[in-house]
Amino acid sequence: MSLLRAFLALLRRDLVIAFRRRSEMVNPLLFFVLVTSLFPLAVGSQPKLLSLMAPGVVWVAALLAALLSLDTIFRSDFEDGTLEQLLLSAHPVSVLVIAKVLAHWLITGLPLLLVAPVLGNFLGLPSQAMGTLMLSLAFGTPALSLIGAIGVALTVGLRKGGVILSLLVLPLYVPILIFGAGAVGNAAMGIDATAQMYIMSAFLILSLTLSPIATAAALRVSLS
Amino acid sequence: MPDAAPHSQAPRLDGRGLSCVRDDRVLFTGLDFGLGTGEALLIEGRNGTGKTTLLRAICGIRRAEEGVILWSGESIERLGPDYHRHVAYVGHNDGVKRELTVEENLRMACALGTEGALSITEALRRVHLAGFEDVVASNLSAGQRRRLALARLLVTDSLLWVLDEPFTSLDRHGIGVVEDLMQAHVAGGGMLVMTSHHEVAMHRTAIHRIDLSA
Repeated sequence: MSLLRAFLALLRRDLVIAFRRRSEMVNPLLFFVLVTSLFPLAVGSQPKLLSLMAPGVVWVAALLAALLSLDTIFRSDFEDGTLEQLLLSAHPVSVLVIAKVLAHWLITGLPLLLVAPVLGNFLGLPSQAMGTLMLSLAFGTPALSLIGAIGVALTVGLRKGGVILSLLVLPLYVPILIFGAGAVGNAAMGIDATAQMYIMSAFLILSLTLSPIATAAALRVSLS
Repeated sequence: MPDAAPHSQAPRLDGRGLSCVRDDRVLFTGLDFGLGTGEALLIEGRNGTGKTTLLRAICGIRRAEEGVILWSGESIERLGPDYHRHVAYVGHNDGVKRELTVEENLRMACALGTEGALSITEALRRVHLAGFEDVVASNLSAGQRRRLALARLLVTDSLLWVLDEPFTSLDRHGIGVVEDLMQAHVAGGGMLVMTSHHEVAMHRTAIHRIDLSA
């Protein structure tokens, strides 16, 4: 019971902080929108090509936006010492980590998911693929946040951990990108994308089970 | 279940043969200490002798390279959260979220720890921050933030206080306030481990001392 209270309190705390710092929090969303909207300008007036590329463009932009926002999961907590307090709480750190990642996803991942159909439409993605686009992002972006949390936890103690973070995390992001974009591509061509969606959900479940444990262990290493 | 069973013995904190290494430099080796309820442990030493490192090892944030730290005879690593529920730590960083108000900060501390005897209002009164409940922490002065961090000790029900330089950025009045709090905590059967450059005025209290520069 008290664990649930701690979970909700931490979730609420992070959402309140994000709301009070909202100018920083819109950055990933802005990046996502900018990258996808610049593509048609660069590629030129070739609607066929654009609609073919749309699944990949949207997914790459979403992945990079997620990568950009990762550092905010633990950075400020590390700097003001609240991360130490989390590790010293009377509750399992892995559960508290889930609360933090969930808050991070609600702030950065969910807006991407909601705005994606608009951008897909903008690139000429067939409307039959919109459902798959949203669903693949709904499975994919939480997995990106969860996997990214491990990398952030490992690098949060380093002063310039940004490059290492990308190198650590990107290889783990690649399968999600391949199957996510693949699912949307299939759906756009009217082919069944169920297989990819199953794999995407498996990624999500796998990262949800393993990432909090790994993140908690990584945080202990970073803080010691 | 350990809480439900009647304690045959009062909890105690023991360090056996502790060694800590930082950046390939041995800070201290073979350090022993023991601390019972109603006692205080003052860790002294020059800058860079490992005071903070020892405190972080005692909290369980970092692991000592050698030796064990025991809580009532059990290794704190094994106990994990069962040990942490008894510990409250105020380190170099206040652990105060600048974006949150004073009250929100303390509420979070309550949720993470075990709820203590004092209400948030009462705890703030004790550290002379009454009336600041709705002030955002970034608008507090350094000393006030320090006192807010120390108020965290009061709203959670922690037996062992681990304080790293608690008097930093406090004025003379603030130091007096904190000394009174520490004295009351130890007199009430609490345990205290701290570092300080200042002489600590705590009367009628058993203070053990460890000097790391020796």
